[in-house]
Amino acid sequence: MDVRASTWQTVGPFFSIGMKPRYVTDIAGPNAAGQRVVIAGRVFDGDQAAIPDAVLEIWQANAYGKYAHAEDTQAKRLDPGFLGHGRIPTDNDGCFEFTTIKPGSVSAPDGRPQAPHLLVGVMMRGLLRRLTTRIYFPDETLNERDEILQLVEPARRKTLLLTADADHAGHFRWDIHMQGEAETVFFDF
Amino acid sequence: MSDIAQYREFWPGTQPNYLHAPYVSSVRRSPTKPLVRAPHTLSEVTGPSWGVKDIVPGAYDLTKQHGGSPIGPRIVVSGRVTDENGRPQTHTLVEIWQANAAGRYLHRNDQGSAPLDPNFTGEGHTLTDEHGDYRFVTIRPGEYPWGNHHNAWRPAHIHFSLFGPAFATRLVTQMYFPGDPLLAYDPIFNCTADEDARNRLISQFDWATTLPGESLGYRFDIVLRGRDPTPMENAHKD
Repeated sequence: MDVRASTWQTVGPFFSIGMKPRYVTDIAGPNAAGQRVVIAGRVFDGDQAAIPDAVLEIWQANAYGKYAHAEDTQAKRLDPGFLGHGRIPTDNDGCFEFTTIKPGSVSAPDGRPQAPHLLVGVMMRGLLRRLTTRIYFPDETLNERDEILQLVEPARRKTLLLTADADHAGHFRWDIHMQGEAETVFFDF
Repeated sequence: MSDIAQYREFWPGTQPNYLHAPYVSSVRRSPTKPLVRAPHTLSEVTGPSWGVKDIVPGAYDLTKQHGGSPIGPRIVVSGRVTDENGRPQTHTLVEIWQANAAGRYLHRNDQGSAPLDPNFTGEGHTLTDEHGDYRFVTIRPGEYPWGNHHNAWRPAHIHFSLFGPAFATRLVTQMYFPGDPLLAYDPIFNCTADEDARNRLISQFDWATTLPGESLGYRFDIVLRGRDPTPMENAHKD
């Protein structure tokens, strides 16, 4: 069929007008099962300048590794009230922060477990279409066998790993670098 | 190997490159390393769903959010959301934002000299219906100057944001108006190589939705990524 998907355009500098009513920074909600985590970071451009007009969208499974979506037919528990969708803008200093729970392992297409991960969509002024990436947790043995993470050359995998805050249990840091030596890995999904 | 029906790759040339030097902001904000090609897993083929609980009643009408009527020509913008297989995308969230009729956004970073309109915020949202159709009532946004290059002006446009059924189907785009002389000079509109793809971002004047004495109608259909047939569906084809 000769119908082709519409063309992306940048969200521009004023996306908050349309997106702010549905900003979500507490992704799991207060009653969700699972280990609560706080993930904070900063978004940097190619000059290592902070980006104050970016917005992240998160999608993740619940603590049992199940998505609140009809297409997830895994025999795992749903968590009432848990949606798993977040939308977080950066502030004037390019910083963002959100709270959620660590997701459980979701099955890969071949049936093996994927490592716990969050999907991230990155949009900003200057970015003509969304970039997508994944956040993984450090010290997770499943990372070594995760089908998607293993597609990334080893030297760059650390750009997808959270860094635990040694002073605050459950707090993690994750920065996004659009360019440069620490350029974040983005996926072509 | 994979029994997850994959969403199709975008048709070549129909999407912008991340780096499009005429759009100056893209130069330091676009990745320099190739993206890592990856298959869709359950994570990418699922995504948030939306319902009436997520919608403010009347949010489809941007002309009735304040005590008075906003300045500017009233328009109705409507269309159908389908996927690449022609399937209507029902009950999916559509968000829009736009400048007022003078070309000014209600945003602290818009320091343009055009006036704000106390009766216009520029935010609207709605769900598509059971046919995939949506409809907004608003005013025609103004063109406005921006700092990309000397004497740069954005053509009139409305920002659109859609989710579709999966993380992979997310779309944010801009709708333009037919006959706008600024389109030829706009680096954002022109960031995509395929001319047909660009032109599908231009709405069509529509008598069918033009209301006598009331408002002009513009039609803007939107296509989200479709999927390749699942092995099961394939088996039933002759």
